[in-house]
Amino acid sequence: MNYNWDWSILIAEPYLGWIVSGLGWTIVVSLLAWVVAFSLGSILGIMRTTSSSLLRGIATFYVEIFRNIPLLVQFFLWFFIFPELLPVDAGTWVKREMPMPEFTTAIIALGLYTASRVCEQVRSGIESVGTGQVAAARALGLTEWQTMRYILVPVAYRRVIPPLTSEFLTIFKNSSLALTIGVIELTAVTRQIEEYTFQGFEAFTAATVIYSMITFFVMWLMKKIEVRSRVHGMIGSGG
Amino acid sequence: MGAFDFSVIFDNLPFLLKGMQTTLLLTAVAMFGGIVLGTLLALARMSSFTFLSVVATSYINFFRSLPLILVIFWFYFLVPLALGRPVGGLYSVLVAFTLFEAAYYAEIIRAGISSVRSGQAAAARALGMSYGQSMRFIVLPQAFRAMVPILLTQGIVLFQDTSLVYVVGLKDFLVSAELIANREQRLIEMFSFVALVYLAICFSASQGVKFLERRMKR
Repeated sequence: MNYNWDWSILIAEPYLGWIVSGLGWTIVVSLLAWVVAFSLGSILGIMRTTSSSLLRGIATFYVEIFRNIPLLVQFFLWFFIFPELLPVDAGTWVKREMPMPEFTTAIIALGLYTASRVCEQVRSGIESVGTGQVAAARALGLTEWQTMRYILVPVAYRRVIPPLTSEFLTIFKNSSLALTIGVIELTAVTRQIEEYTFQGFEAFTAATVIYSMITFFVMWLMKKIEVRSRVHGMIGSGG
Repeated sequence: MGAFDFSVIFDNLPFLLKGMQTTLLLTAVAMFGGIVLGTLLALARMSSFTFLSVVATSYINFFRSLPLILVIFWFYFLVPLALGRPVGGLYSVLVAFTLFEAAYYAEIIRAGISSVRSGQAAAARALGMSYGQSMRFIVLPQAFRAMVPILLTQGIVLFQDTSLVYVVGLKDFLVSAELIANREQRLIEMFSFVALVYLAICFSASQGVKFLERRMKR
């Protein structure tokens, strides 16, 4: 293996600046996409457990569509095809005047895709609460909406913290797909450094270390939150 | 761009089929390699040798913390360097997918092995079987039987993930369609077609898995 090591490029300008800005984009895209995914996914997840077959049908349809098309294809659909299908004025606006088109598209594509996964987690969380609690709530005279609001959702959300954490980490990793439509996030930056300096090893190592450190940090943080928000009296609640 | 013209799809069907073959080949190899390597990793992780277990756990956590695209870039860059000669994208991508998927399969298989009642392994050992024999004849067959639906579901995810070879320009289904779309200026038709094909395959496959799951429960 012939390779000239030069770790100093990682702290040299402009490469260090690139890495920092790439990391910034990765974090901003992930967080904003998570806001979309979490809110829409929660609504869909609740819809899937209501008694209305119309609401259930809509949510199920959404999940099947977004889960069964590769995320990369969804990126392309939003970026290249969606503006063409809009009325001419709106399409031109999206293509020409919408601020930061790549960035906005990445957040929407990533958010809408992950919403289908969050939906399934929320649904299984609500379903895991058990019919006994629902029956008790209804017997006490709570409406379906009140049962959802005061009984199911508060218990379910504490239970789904671990799967939602891994969905957030999935968004964080999937944000690298934004490079395919031109967002210069962390993975794109390392590829750029490789092309400019031929020091691919150093550049990819830097990204690898950053991604794993953030992943482990998030997992550690969520573990703390999970312990603090446990529902007492349940298995595994420790008292 | 003009009106929709779906004849572009039929005219280029052989080229698209060839792309789909690459996609399916990647899925099959990565799934097979991932399950084999994943089984070894799962056994290592559950082993009582601390060293083995630490190595396997680190491998699994490490790969699960990385974006697949970064792993693809790594091997696209590393494999030719390690071999000292250029080897086309296909081989480096096959290695990347197999090693990456193994980490995900290992966790599925570990859960499957844990779900086999411990009495089964103990009984096998009591009958005089070695560790290898008890795994091979008693524990793994039961574990795999229970895991079939999850392994297949992961296969569907993998099938979708293979589209990421786009970043190194390997001509899979998506890249083939994109080449035609750009050459013929038929982006809408080609990308809608790609989305529909993926949707049809993944939806039917996931319904198939559901059906299998129901039948196994009976």
